[in-house]
Amino acid sequence: MRLKTLMLGAAASVALAPSAFAERGSDGQVNIIYWQAPSTLNPYLSSGTKDLEASSLVIEPLAGFDEKGVVFPRLAAEIPSVENGGISQDLKSVTWKLKPGLKWSDGTPLTSEDVKFTADYCMNPEGGCAQLARYEGIDSIETPDPLTVVIHFREPRPNPFTAFTGAQSPVLQKAQFGKCVGSGASACTAENFGPIGTGPFRVVEFRTNDSVTLEANPNYRDPEKPAFAKAVLKGGGDAAAAARAVLETGEFDYAWNTLVPPDALKGMAAAGKGKIVTGFGTLVERIEMNLTDPSPDLPEGERATARHPHPILSDERVRRALSMAIDRTLLTEIGFGDAGRPTCNLVPAPETFASDNTGCLEQDIEGAKKLLDEAGWAPGADGIRQKDGKPLELLFQSSVNPIRQDFQALIKQWWQEIGVATELKSVDPSVFFGGDAGSPDTFQRFYADVEMYANNFDGTDPEPYLARYTCEKAPGPESQWQGENVNRYCDPEYDRLIVELGKTADIGQRADLAKRLNDMITKDSMTIVPLVDRGRVSAHSNRLGGVILNTWDSELWNVADWTRVK
Amino acid sequence: MLNYALRRVLLAVPTLLFISLVIFLLLEASPGDPLGDIPMTIPPEIRDRMREALGLGQAWYVRYVMWLQQFFWVEPLHAFDQIFGTGFSRGMQRIISFQTRSPAFDVIAQRLPQTLTVVGLSYVLGILIAVPIGIVSAYRQYSWFDQIGTFISMVGFSLPTFFTGVVLIIVFGIKLQWLPTIYDTTLRVTDWTSLVQQVRQMAMPVTVLALFNAAQISRFMRASMLDNLRQDYVRTARAKGLKERVVVLKHVLRNSLIPVVTVIALGLPAVFGGAIITEQVFKVNGLGQLLILAINSNDIPMVMTLTFIFAILIVAFTLIADLLYGLLDPRIRYD
Repeated sequence: MRLKTLMLGAAASVALAPSAFAERGSDGQVNIIYWQAPSTLNPYLSSGTKDLEASSLVIEPLAGFDEKGVVFPRLAAEIPSVENGGISQDLKSVTWKLKPGLKWSDGTPLTSEDVKFTADYCMNPEGGCAQLARYEGIDSIETPDPLTVVIHFREPRPNPFTAFTGAQSPVLQKAQFGKCVGSGASACTAENFGPIGTGPFRVVEFRTNDSVTLEANPNYRDPEKPAFAKAVLKGGGDAAAAARAVLETGEFDYAWNTLVPPDALKGMAAAGKGKIVTGFGTLVERIEMNLTDPSPDLPEGERATARHPHPILSDERVRRALSMAIDRTLLTEIGFGDAGRPTCNLVPAPETFASDNTGCLEQDIEGAKKLLDEAGWAPGADGIRQKDGKPLELLFQSSVNPIRQDFQALIKQWWQEIGVATELKSVDPSVFFGGDAGSPDTFQRFYADVEMYANNFDGTDPEPYLARYTCEKAPGPESQWQGENVNRYCDPEYDRLIVELGKTADIGQRADLAKRLNDMITKDSMTIVPLVDRGRVSAHSNRLGGVILNTWDSELWNVADWTRVK
Repeated sequence: MLNYALRRVLLAVPTLLFISLVIFLLLEASPGDPLGDIPMTIPPEIRDRMREALGLGQAWYVRYVMWLQQFFWVEPLHAFDQIFGTGFSRGMQRIISFQTRSPAFDVIAQRLPQTLTVVGLSYVLGILIAVPIGIVSAYRQYSWFDQIGTFISMVGFSLPTFFTGVVLIIVFGIKLQWLPTIYDTTLRVTDWTSLVQQVRQMAMPVTVLALFNAAQISRFMRASMLDNLRQDYVRTARAKGLKERVVVLKHVLRNSLIPVVTVIALGLPAVFGGAIITEQVFKVNGLGQLLILAINSNDIPMVMTLTFIFAILIVAFTLIADLLYGLLDPRIRYD
C-alpha cells in the first residue's frame, strides 16, 4: 500500500513536472545588456553598480533584500532576529546558520570558514576593500561549527544586516581567494575575473569592460533552476542603444538602467517588443543649502567653516522661500518622466521610514515673496531684493549633466521671480564628486551658496545616512575637507536623536525617530531641499518572464527565477 | 641606409621618453580622480584606503619612474617568460589598471584582435576601393565618374562616423532588421553559420570606416596620378608608341603610388589606435573603447600605457614611411 502511494506520487510528479516547472537549462540563453561594462567580478575591489550586479549572478551573500526592501535568506537558513535568538539581547552579536548541504560551483562544500574568510579578506588594512563600510564595527567572528557563524560587534548594533547582506557583501571561497589577501588582492586577476560562487550561474569567460559569458551552475541549490543554460552579459555603448536593443530590435532580453529622456523611451516601447519597468529606491535629487559663508574674501581655513555663518542663508525664512518657489512636479516631468516623483523627504523609502511630508509639493511664488519681505529683503530697483544695501545673490553649483543644467536654468527663473539673483556654475562630475582635498570645486568643500546633486543609501536602514548630518561630520580644513555634512548643519538635538536611534532596536520606534530626523533636516529647517525621488528604469523583452525590479539589491537578484516566455 | 635607420632609432629613444613624461604630467595635471565615480554611499575614510591601495599615496615622480621600470623591464620580461616558460618576472609588479585591477597588457592583448579585424579590415577595404577610384578619376578627369567619385569622397570626408554609423544602425538594424546593432565579441568563427554571423556583425562598422578611409586615400591617389600624367616622361612613353594601358598602369601608377604608400604607412598606427567613436557606436569594444573608458575613469596606468604604445607606433611608422620612400624612389638617398 505504502509503495503504491509512493509510486503513484512519483508518477504524478513526473507527469506534472514539465508543465509546472521549467527544468534547469531548458530555456536556452538569456542576453543581458549593461551599457556600463563590468570591469571585475569581485565587488570588494570595485564599488561600481555594474560590477556588483554582474557579480551577483555568480556569488551570493547570506541574505538579500527583496523588492520591498525586506531581508530574505539566501545562503542562510533563516534571518536572525531577537525573537529566534539569532540576535543577542544586548544587540552585540548575531548568529547566522547556513543552509545545510550548500556547494560551491566546483562541488566543494560551503562552510562557515568561507564566511569568516570573506570578512577577514575585506577587513584587511592593505586590501583597499571597497565594501569595508559593510564590515565596520565587527570585533570578531567565530565559527563554532561548519554551519554556524557568530559575528560580534564592538557596539550594540540594532541593524546587523550590513555584513553579508545584499550584493555588496557576497561570500567568497576561501580555497580560491586564500592567497589574495591584503596587498596581493589585485595580483589575483584570474580569481577576481572568475570567482567561484554559489549563485545560479558560473563564469565561462570574462572579458573585462566588455562581456561576461556564464553557464548554469550545476551545483545550484535548487535543482530546477536556473531555467537558462547560458547567460551573456554584454557591456558598452550608451543607455539609448541598450534600450533600443531590447525594445526595438529584440537582440537582448534585459537592459539595465535605461536612463533615456522619457519621450524617447516611450517611442521605443511603442515597437511592442518589450516593457519598461520602474522601481523607486532612496535616490533623491536635492538642493543643499550652505549654512556657512563661502565668500572668497574670507581667509582660507576660515572660509566656509562654522565660524562664519552664511550671511543670507542662515535665515530659515530665506531657505524656505527658495524651496517654495520651486515647482517640483514640472521638474520631475521634464527630467525624469515616469522614472521620478516629486518628494519633500530626504528618506523617501522604504515605506516604514518615509515621513508623510508633502508640504513642499505645491509651488507658492506669492508665499515665497511674502516670506522674503518678512525676512527684511525688500525688492530693489532691478527686481533683485536687497537688505542693508546688499543684493540677494546666490551662487548655485552642480555637476555637469544635461538634466541638472535644465534644472538649474528652471530654478534660476523661479528664483528670479521672487527677486533672487542666481549665478549658475557646473563642475565636471569627476572633480565635483572626486573628493580631492586640494580642489576648490568639490561638493564637500561647497564653495557656493547652494548646490544640487543626488544621493542615496545602501540597504534599507537609513541610520548611517541620517547620521551624516551630525555636527562633527562637517567637512572643513581640519578634516582635509572630508565629511558628509556638507551643509555644516549643526543641531545638538539632532545629534542626541541620532545617538538614541543607535540604541533603539524596535523597528516601530526606529521608524518614528528616523522620520523625526528626516523632518528636522528637511521641512523644519530647510537645510536640505529635496526635489525628485529618482527611480530606476530598466527594460525587458516580452519574451523574458519573472523579472521583478528591485532597487534594494542587485537588479539581477532573482535571475534564477527568470524564464523564457514561449 | 642602415646608418640612417640606426641614427633615427637612436634619436627616437629620447623623443619617446620625453613623450612619456609629457603624457604622464598631462594626466597628473588634469582634474579628476580615479575614485571620482565611486558611489557616494562609500565613506571618505574607505575612499582614502582605496586610494592608497591603488598606489596613489606616492609622489608623482616615484610613480613615473615605477611606470617606466614596469613598462621597459617587467613587461618585456613577463612576455619573455610567457614565450619561453621561464620565471624571471615572478613576484614583480606589472602595470595594473585601476579600473579592472588586472595587468594592463593582458587587457590590451585581449582587445587587439578585435580592433585589428574590424579596423584593419576596413583599412584594407578602404585602400582597395580608393586606389582604383583614384586612378580612374584622374585618368578621366571631370568625367561623370570623377564627379561621382569626388562627391562620394567629399561625403565620406565631411560626414563624421558617429553620424553615418547611427544612420546605418537605424536603417539596417532597426527599420529593416537585417543586421545586428550590437557586436558580439565572444563569437568564435568555427563553421559557416558563425562565419556568416561574423560577416553580418562586421558589415556596418567596416562599411562606415572603409568609407571614411577610402575618401581620404582616393583623393591622394587622384592628385598624385594627375601630377604624373602631366609629366614629360608620359608624353615620351606615348610618343614611343607604348600602349595606353602600359603607360598608365606601369609608368604613371608606379610613380604615383610612392607618396600614397607613405600616406598609407603613416595611417597604419591609427588602425591600432582603434576607432574610438565607431567602436563605441557599434559596441565593438576594442582598443578605442578601452582608451575612452580609461580616460573617463581616470585610469592613469591604462591611459599611459595605451597612449605610449600609440606614440611608439607613430614614431615607428613614420620611420618606416621614410625608409619606404627611399626604397621606392631611387632619387631619394639618405646617405
